Amino acid sequence: MNQIKKQVKHPLDDLLRIDRIPHIWCPGCGIGTAFSSSLIAMRESGIDLEKTVMVSGIGCSGRGAGYVNLDSYHTTHGRAIPFATGMKLANPELNVVVFSGDGDLFAIGGNHFIHAARRNVDLTVICVNNFNYGMTGGQVAATTPLTAKTTTTPVGNPDTPFNLPLLAYASGATYVARWTILHTRDLTESIEEALLNRGFSFVEVLSPCPVNYGRRNKENGIDSLKIYQDRTIIRNDAQPWELDIDFDRGIVLGKFIQTERPTCTDRYDNTCRPKEFIEGEKGLE
Amino acid sequence: MSKDMMTGSDAVALGVKLAKPDLIFAYPITPQTHIVETLSEIAPSWGGRFINVESEFSAIASCLGAVSAGSRAFTATSSHGLLLMHEVLHWFVGARMPLVMVNANRAIGSPWNIWADQSDSLAQRDTGWLQIYCETCQEALDTVIQGYYISEKLLLPVMVMIDGFIISHTMEEVEVHEPQKVDAFLPPYAPQFKLDVDDPRSFGNAALPDDYYRMRKAIQRTFTSGFEVFRDCHNLFEDVFGTRYDLMEAYLCDDAETIFLVAGALTGTTRVAVDMMREKGMKVGLIKLRVFRPFPKHALQKVIAGHQDVIVLNRAVSYGAQGTLTQELRSAFYNVDDNPDIYDVIISLGGKEVFPEILMGVCEGIKADPAFKDEMIWV
Repeated sequence: MNQIKKQVKHPLDDLLRIDRIPHIWCPGCGIGTAFSSSLIAMRESGIDLEKTVMVSGIGCSGRGAGYVNLDSYHTTHGRAIPFATGMKLANPELNVVVFSGDGDLFAIGGNHFIHAARRNVDLTVICVNNFNYGMTGGQVAATTPLTAKTTTTPVGNPDTPFNLPLLAYASGATYVARWTILHTRDLTESIEEALLNRGFSFVEVLSPCPVNYGRRNKENGIDSLKIYQDRTIIRNDAQPWELDIDFDRGIVLGKFIQTERPTCTDRYDNTCRPKEFIEGEKGLE
Repeated sequence: MSKDMMTGSDAVALGVKLAKPDLIFAYPITPQTHIVETLSEIAPSWGGRFINVESEFSAIASCLGAVSAGSRAFTATSSHGLLLMHEVLHWFVGARMPLVMVNANRAIGSPWNIWADQSDSLAQRDTGWLQIYCETCQEALDTVIQGYYISEKLLLPVMVMIDGFIISHTMEEVEVHEPQKVDAFLPPYAPQFKLDVDDPRSFGNAALPDDYYRMRKAIQRTFTSGFEVFRDCHNLFEDVFGTRYDLMEAYLCDDAETIFLVAGALTGTTRVAVDMMREKGMKVGLIKLRVFRPFPKHALQKVIAGHQDVIVLNRAVSYGAQGTLTQELRSAFYNVDDNPDIYDVIISLGGKEVFPEILMGVCEGIKADPAFKDEMIWV
């Protein structure tokens, strides 16, 4: 009679703002899995979560910043990376994670992505790629596959999508990987590596959008997962220019780039700042 | 002529279809998305092209390129999308390029809010765009067509406003105009100057101060003389389609002691409120401000008399000063001997609901205490 029912607690509860749950993501959406992987990776990596910040732009993935129980910021559309850059430079001891979607990071915010990678700003950018603008109702994105149907390409997309790992590599990113939400373990390990990598780190996560993308392309949530299982190949040594998303030929997953080069702040300090300031800051640390 | 039920977004898309622009560049943003989704589907039907570009900044810059090369173009946006366009909005006016853009009025962040107010478009007041605010879906359709007429005559861009959700997502009965009639009203775009390899010209050069000044003065002169083009447009539109539009509309103002001044879909609510108050014997009227730029100062001076009170319903604030429409109206009556008491009411920011009873309460409150005229009244 007096037995107290043990309350079941999700292992990530302490990293979530429980008062914001239930979340807005649709049944079958992959963002939740990408988000869980990110939270697990943050915890497993051993980084100081008290000094970790999540920044999002606009879109379904942008809600990530609202749900994470860390310092977080939901920026205007496309501006997650410049906002994160400002924050990282203002307080270099922060771990700054950008969690946003393909529409936000690669269309309206595309220029910021290539320049932050060029400067090798020490950020971890996780892009949930669901091939369309999910939140506004499924319009064509810079990642929509050729001939795929969306609400603004009703007879099929006439344009070629970006190869995001190639773009990241060509722009100067020092960690580049691609996984799907079905490859949860690899994805989590990869995000962990990206968090620990010093420099601009990029992880693309392919993720189903059954309600907007899937519905118009005869692909339900399970179909998407089957595609992720049957038509993907893990090739960690693949060249970035071989990574176009082509469902017929097979999609290449893996960790493609991990390299070292001086970060934005390293280069700036070495080139531009008088030594006494740098020494002074070191003393403070 | 046939009638159909459609949302404001579809009415806009139909207006665009009838105006047949060669090129449409747009980026989706709530609550404008249905306009561009419909256009993406129907643009090829008249030989047009729709390109879903990578941002609003790209959309408006692409439109500038298209019209400079002699095409008729269209775009639609809202809120933050409009703010992102701001640099090119100024450039469009300086370059004297015609365009029609529909803006689904929506609040501006921070904090995030997707509901209707007029902060986005009224913040573009000084860019030199002509601005027209619509009350109904029919007016949205008709104003798009009129927008091209006016824009291509004055060589200035036209921004057509519909309230986000309240018009964009609400269905009303709409008259579907016959294409031949629209062709009779709106001739094909025939630019006097365009980028043309057979007749090479250079656009967008630097101008020394004297030339710059002269060109800026010409913009203002066009605004001053622009009222004639509006009059011609409204007369011709009435001849062809049988519907009369004006710079503004006065409703029950003649014997009114108090007049509400309002723009956009809130006009509909205010109409109902005015009818309710009239039934109670209150002498109230309504001015629907349709054309905000050029500001119809003389038309307003003719309708409003000194013994009347004017309650301005603002859905945008110039912080630290007054409601944006209040500023404009007070300025229109500066140095006029017979000027009314103008009340500065801020109402319905971020989609805050307005009911006719609220407007009646405002009217009664002001009657009870005239000291309100020195305050900014937040309802």
